Amino acid sequence: MTTIDPTAHLTAEQIEELGRELDVIRDEVIADRGEKDAAYIRRVISAQRKLELASRGVLLFSIFPPAWLLGTAGLSVAKIMDNMEIGHNVLHGQWDWMRDPKIHSTTWEWDHVSPADQWKHSHNELHHTYTNVIGKDNDLGYGIMRVDEDQKWHPLHLGQPLWNFVNACFFEYGIAAYDLELGKNLQKRHRRNPEFRARAKAVGRKIRKQVLKDYVIHPLLSGPSFLTTLAATFTANLVRNIWSHSVIMCGHFPEGVQVFERQSVNGETRGQWYLRQMMGSANISGSRAMHFMTGNLSHQIEHHLFPDLPSNRYAEVAVKVRALFEKYELEYVTGPLPKQVLSAWRKVFRLSLPNKKPKGKTPAREKELVAA
Amino acid sequence: MTSAALRSRAWKLLEMVTTPLLPSDYLDLVSPLRAGADLRGRIEAVHPETGDAATVVIRPGRGWRGHTAGQYVRIGVDVDGRRLWRAYSITSPTDRQDGRITITAKAIPDGKVSNHLVHRATPGTLIQLDQPTGDFVLPQARPAKVLYLTAGSGITPVMGMLRDTEFDDVVMVHCAPQPQDVIFRDELHGLVADKKLRLTEVHTATDGRLDIARLGELVPDWAERETWACGPAGLLDAAEEHWTEHGVQERLHTERFRPRIVVAGDDGGEVTFSATGKTVDADGTTPLLDIGEEAGVLMPSGCRMGICFGCVTPLRAGAVRDLRTGEITEAEPGVLIQTCVSAAAGPCDIER
Repeated sequence: MTTIDPTAHLTAEQIEELGRELDVIRDEVIADRGEKDAAYIRRVISAQRKLELASRGVLLFSIFPPAWLLGTAGLSVAKIMDNMEIGHNVLHGQWDWMRDPKIHSTTWEWDHVSPADQWKHSHNELHHTYTNVIGKDNDLGYGIMRVDEDQKWHPLHLGQPLWNFVNACFFEYGIAAYDLELGKNLQKRHRRNPEFRARAKAVGRKIRKQVLKDYVIHPLLSGPSFLTTLAATFTANLVRNIWSHSVIMCGHFPEGVQVFERQSVNGETRGQWYLRQMMGSANISGSRAMHFMTGNLSHQIEHHLFPDLPSNRYAEVAVKVRALFEKYELEYVTGPLPKQVLSAWRKVFRLSLPNKKPKGKTPAREKELVAA
Repeated sequence: MTSAALRSRAWKLLEMVTTPLLPSDYLDLVSPLRAGADLRGRIEAVHPETGDAATVVIRPGRGWRGHTAGQYVRIGVDVDGRRLWRAYSITSPTDRQDGRITITAKAIPDGKVSNHLVHRATPGTLIQLDQPTGDFVLPQARPAKVLYLTAGSGITPVMGMLRDTEFDDVVMVHCAPQPQDVIFRDELHGLVADKKLRLTEVHTATDGRLDIARLGELVPDWAERETWACGPAGLLDAAEEHWTEHGVQERLHTERFRPRIVVAGDDGGEVTFSATGKTVDADGTTPLLDIGEEAGVLMPSGCRMGICFGCVTPLRAGAVRDLRTGEITEAEPGVLIQTCVSAAAGPCDIER
């Protein structure tokens, strides 16, 4: 964290005015939501299902290498679409306004080992409300990494590049463990909590179903292609996991993104909340295909400002939001995917080591961070 | 193993193949009207009837159980991307050979669904259907003399009856502003020419409203006739009074197109939490989540600022206002509201 507050030049009135201007942008989209948007998400859902079906079909013959390659690529894309542009956004309630019970945050389930309702709690509620607040937003380092110079270094952090890599490969399991708050809940006094046990059971059920489908049923259906189909599904899950981990790292880890102290959210106004979302998120620049494959999380800043606006509208909203960044002289952190991924990884490596030069910091902040 | 058990095993296996989706999610892609699917219909044609009324031909899904003349069906139509449900009388006869059904909609001012059906609906569109229902139907034993008393779009259930069942002695009194506003006019006149119907048109723009007290001038033997009446509330209220006055109320059957009366105000209203049976007063600015929690109702909650959708709850009746946008949401089947950013806009019922 830089010791210079990048928002120090703004007065309280300016921050509230900024909030009002953002509200206007939101209201414009809400008033304009309609048939085209509904048609968009229906088209995406239908395309995803057809692609998955076709890829699984091709994989029945995955004993032939070209079929393996084609099926694996197709299945990887289908799984990414399911998790990113569809699952993540539907579970945010972005499409609830359509009143279609089949495309609704309360009924959707995704191709992921974390059950939708648990993910909604940890992601929509905790992460989006307390974005980048140390000790409250566990997405910061997923509770297993040191992500800020002001966090106390421990020799265990030396391994964090490795944890992060393993987490990337098995990201959906990492998310499930994270949604369960496994670190905390495996402690003796929490382990027997009936609520935790019920949730752990639900995760177990979901994992069993997912594993059975990907690694038993579909390979069995492939007969002689059993092993190659198994390898294909494993690869598709790996590709999906590494891809989503990379996209998500780009959202809050790259250099230039701010983190916040626990007290900073006490009595936060709407304008301040918006400002924290702006300073705590980073975008990925790129083509329309890139935006689509990231589930429009390439527009992470816009998504954090307006998590419930339909994802297909973030691109147009981004133009207006960026203008506000310029108007209020704030840094709009963005860059192409490789640059952002590298930036985030560099931070993971750098913070695995103790700080080069100890910084002067207030004892209160030190205590705060230790407690976190 | 019985075939039913075998089928259920096969289905279980199929569910494992498609997890976390259901096999039906994939089948819907190719065959949304198949047996076993959620009941849907496909619009096959839209025929204009008058300047502001149209008949919609619908091919119902295989699960359709068929209707009785005079019944209505609830349909769910996506208007501007949002699914809205309304009830319409079925105007097709029950023995239609091609299995299609028709409804006839009259566009009412500001009516979202009726205007959509009359002016914008296109063939090929899928709509949601419920099974037909309603007891505004003909009895098993045919009455000797029948009177149909209708006004405006109130003619639609009666048209369903006229097309379905022939009687020896049928009189119809129908009210519409002008001749060109009479829905199904050509067909009605055809029935008259074939001597299957005696028809009196009351053109309210020139003749004024029908005075029920003077119905005897149009249909001298009205009191002896089994009567089916459908139209605006004013007409039906007057008819019920008239029939009761003459002691023949059991001969009168009415169907009301209930206008949804929602009192949406700024002052809040009485909130009922129907699952817990609690009722409290709410102002127009306090989120319903807070109101419920204060009343001791176990409310689902989350971010408390409208972003996480952790608090969505069915709105069973009444209206609420979105505290961020001022938008009013009225209760309809399937409508869920975010209680943390919604306040009462008049009396309402929350399913908690």
